[in-house]
Amino acid sequence: MSLTRIYGLFLRHFYLITRSFPRILDLVYWPTIQITLWGFISNFFATHTTYYNNAVGVILTCAILYDFLFRTSIGFNMLFLEEIWSRNFTNLFIAPMKIGEILTSLVITALIRSLIGLVPAILLTSPLFGISILELGIFLFFLFLSLYIFGITLGILVSSGLLRFGPSFENIAWSTMFLLAPFGCIYYPIETLPEIFQKIAYFLPLVYIFEEARNILINQTVSIENIYYAFGWNTVYFSLSIVLFYYSFNAAKNKGTLINMGE
Amino acid sequence: MNNLIEVKNIKKNYGKKEAVKGISFNIKENEILGLLGPNGSGKTTTIGMLLGLLKPTSGEIFINNLKLEENRIEILEMINFISPYIELPKKLTVKQNLFVYAKLYKVRNIKDRIEYLSEKLRIGELLESITGELSSGQKNRVSLAKALINEPKILLLDEPTASLDPEVGDFVRTFLEEYKKEKKISILLASHNMNEVTRLCKSVLMMKNGEIIDQGEPNDLISKHGRANLEEVFLKLSRSKSEFN
Repeated sequence: MSLTRIYGLFLRHFYLITRSFPRILDLVYWPTIQITLWGFISNFFATHTTYYNNAVGVILTCAILYDFLFRTSIGFNMLFLEEIWSRNFTNLFIAPMKIGEILTSLVITALIRSLIGLVPAILLTSPLFGISILELGIFLFFLFLSLYIFGITLGILVSSGLLRFGPSFENIAWSTMFLLAPFGCIYYPIETLPEIFQKIAYFLPLVYIFEEARNILINQTVSIENIYYAFGWNTVYFSLSIVLFYYSFNAAKNKGTLINMGE
Repeated sequence: MNNLIEVKNIKKNYGKKEAVKGISFNIKENEILGLLGPNGSGKTTTIGMLLGLLKPTSGEIFINNLKLEENRIEILEMINFISPYIELPKKLTVKQNLFVYAKLYKVRNIKDRIEYLSEKLRIGELLESITGELSSGQKNRVSLAKALINEPKILLLDEPTASLDPEVGDFVRTFLEEYKKEKKISILLASHNMNEVTRLCKSVLMMKNGEIIDQGEPNDLISKHGRANLEEVFLKLSRSKSEFN
């Protein structure tokens, strides 16, 4: 692994972000809108249902967590798509970069992109709604880390599809998160889902992350088991995504996708 | 002189379609080899295999005595490529693009290298410009600067002067001649511009339907086929069946 190359590719995307005010605005705009919207919804539920009576910030906190996941995954895909759209893809793959270096660089860049969007959203929740996501305490870090890993995993899976099938796979990049959202139990307990959906949901780290966030905020207790399960499933999916990415890279070399990607 | 590139009986199939049908050739140090052929003859596929972007169905490629399949990263450090079909990120400045690629190729004296290439390719005034806002001729010179950022031993050029006006085209050809003379690099030039090939290449390969149908020095081929110039040789060969059939 070469830090110089990783830094080089990071710079390529960092320059792009800093050169374009609309891009920065775009990073900040959607999370802010999302959080504001859900903040009002959250307030409404807090005063009209008994479930959320003692935890006004539950929905809002889950919205922030979900948005972080969404930004991370989409952010990773965007980095990959940027290379295709700018017809720079071939240049990147003829540079002497190992696959691990490309992935590491994109993972770091995706994190920074997500944080650029997340920090203003977190800062806004306190003055607007009197809620601080920091109430999750030290476990907030583990929840964010778990979400970040899962977001990156989804990003790598979609990028593998882009490598293997080319730009036609682009639409999948946008819809992944929406497909998973119902099973993630982001805003409601898993018991809300039909039984068959519950069985599927238990295979996703999302369920454990959001269950734990609600558990901490509503019951004021911590279930380490949920965090372990989340990391366990994350390890499985992340490892699979890396294997699939390497497989897709080799498949692309056989199929010729790498040389035709920009056309 | 040593062979810097050795291609041994490489084939590339896409399903049942045979894009390249077992071709072999060598490129010596400090040599420019022309790769000619009509569209779909297998030139781009061949270049893709030399760049490690495509895996040959069979056969072997050695670059600087290293087997490509097993030494991809080491080999890519000494190669670079330019094609009108790939571009640099449009929103970055020229300098940022060159800096990024200098990092990817682990160039040591980046500032000096960019200054040297800026002077040679006359892009000094473009360094702070947005790459996407450059003219075709300017973009071409910037792409060439990117392709030379790592001081490659081997340069693969896919139609390097396509869509350029005659003046810029001539500038690029003159630059390539001088750069090759100065740095002793090897160049594989795929081009449809026969005057360019005649001027730059010591020898040429003629491809058709995935096969090499003839090869030799441009003047020898012109004499051999009894034609007035390389373009007429190209037309004769591309309209006829393979001479080896």
